[in-house]
Amino acid sequence: MAGKSTARVISEQPQVTHSVLEVRELSVRFGGLQALNGVHLAADGRHITSVIGPNGAGKTTAVNCISGMFRPDSGSVRFNGAELLGLPRHRIARMGLTRTFQNLQVFGHMNVLENVMVGMHAASGSEFMVSLFRFPRLRKEERRIRERSEEMLDFFELTSQAYKPAGQLSYGDRKKVELARALVSRPRMVLLDEPVAGLNMAETETIGRLIGEIRRQGIGVVLVEHDMALVMRISDKVVVLCEGRVLAEGTPHEIQNNSEVIRIYLGGGEEFGLSA
Amino acid sequence: MSREGKRFLLGFLLLASAVAALPVWIRNPYYLNVLNVVGLHVLIVVGLNLLIGFAGHISLGHAGFFGVGAYLSGILTGTYGWCPWLTMGFAACLTASLALGIGIPTLRLKGNYLVMATLGFNIIVTVFLLQLDNLTGGPSGYTGIPPLTVFGRSLISDFEFYWLIWGTALVSLVLARNLCHSRVGRGLRALHESPDAAAAAGVPVERYKVKVFILSAVYASVAGSLYAHYYGIITPKTFDIFKSVELVTMCILGGMGTLWGGLFGAVFLTPLPQLLHFFDEYKDIIFGGILLVILIFLPQGLVGWLENRLHALFQNNRR
Repeated sequence: MAGKSTARVISEQPQVTHSVLEVRELSVRFGGLQALNGVHLAADGRHITSVIGPNGAGKTTAVNCISGMFRPDSGSVRFNGAELLGLPRHRIARMGLTRTFQNLQVFGHMNVLENVMVGMHAASGSEFMVSLFRFPRLRKEERRIRERSEEMLDFFELTSQAYKPAGQLSYGDRKKVELARALVSRPRMVLLDEPVAGLNMAETETIGRLIGEIRRQGIGVVLVEHDMALVMRISDKVVVLCEGRVLAEGTPHEIQNNSEVIRIYLGGGEEFGLSA
Repeated sequence: MSREGKRFLLGFLLLASAVAALPVWIRNPYYLNVLNVVGLHVLIVVGLNLLIGFAGHISLGHAGFFGVGAYLSGILTGTYGWCPWLTMGFAACLTASLALGIGIPTLRLKGNYLVMATLGFNIIVTVFLLQLDNLTGGPSGYTGIPPLTVFGRSLISDFEFYWLIWGTALVSLVLARNLCHSRVGRGLRALHESPDAAAAAGVPVERYKVKVFILSAVYASVAGSLYAHYYGIITPKTFDIFKSVELVTMCILGGMGTLWGGLFGAVFLTPLPQLLHFFDEYKDIIFGGILLVILIFLPQGLVGWLENRLHALFQNNRR
């Protein structure tokens, strides 16, 4: 359980209340498939904005466009007022927008602490020359990276596993390592691509609690998730994607009662709440 | 100091004392010569290991960079009378820009295009060395390279070069170690395992790959300059594609991704052709065979394998 002492670990910045992330007219075409078709999305800097939709709706594609993994055909992605499209991925991370991956991407041969320390790349700057000759600046920065990463392990209850190769951890713990890596640099916003996929109920519960904690500390969360119970419970806003378009947008309550949404979930042969 | 830092320091002190103690017994110039070549190989392979073992990209052109360093140093000091030490720096800079030119287009692509590009580069270097014979001396080599001087004193004997070469090798090892245990080193290992996740964490993946490639080329270039002044004569054959394969074999035999691996690889494989000189014609086959056997049976290399064995032993005893 994250105690009071760690409650402010993630962000010490004052809370801000405007749309930090604004996606406009985002369109992507893969050959004959229109993966995204003029998608609009706005996410608040201190809310949990969930993106749901049937498989193939374009959720991960949207996350990949926002985080710079590939370039959409048209549209714009503004973050804190700056255009992200065309920027290299590491620059986007440095601007305070980080992400996790649907298919786990921990560095299996590095230990847990090192995995999290890599996340500090976005918030540190010593390059080759400084590192080769181990200038005093490097030592100072390395200490900061390490301390901050250890705090993060503490927050995610991973301290006892700090020196294990990340590849040896349970699936649930590896998901936590990824979260810790995405958050260690104190980003303004984090994109979580299916953080509880494949987890059991207890693990889902833990991750859900941690996501709530992240939000409380003033970090915006964009959550792509199939677990409807979790989405409805923790989201401030839900955006429904279907076949590359925004089908509906609103509070969890509004979405649960939206006839269009119910139709695509039930009509598609998938039971609402169990589609995964 | 961390446990890892202490372990490195211990290993380094052992190595440094071995380096300091060996010439007490070994006075025979032939053995000193072998040790010097080992030292030069250590220098190259430590750099190459940063590229292969950490960033996960293979270069088959490092003998080419080695050659560029050697010939630039040789020709500029021999024919044009440049200052040897300055030329060494100049050669390193020029090699770095060559590596930049190769690295930028190839390392941005996904997949191992660097292997192809460096292979081509090494062949081009060999062709140039052979064909520009009024500059390079062609197949018979370039002679008349002046010795290096330190405080007005010329370094000529194997014994004097021993200190210079091994001193440089030890420094290069420390520098490489510093790099590995910094955010840059972690970034390199991260991009090796998952470029996407590394980039999302803020690691400039392409730039790091290009930079570590340049760094490894500079290591090879410095080794080349030392080689040229040490031997006083250089021939194209020393820098051909087979030499590159040898260097990669040393790296892989010792163990990719551990700094000591390169050292052990160079120590084991350098004397081999000397011991087996009656097999000289089959040298390349033997190296190829070693490479295959290691990759199939000991993919983590000798040092990696040894570490695992010791680790297993240690854990069994604890239970």
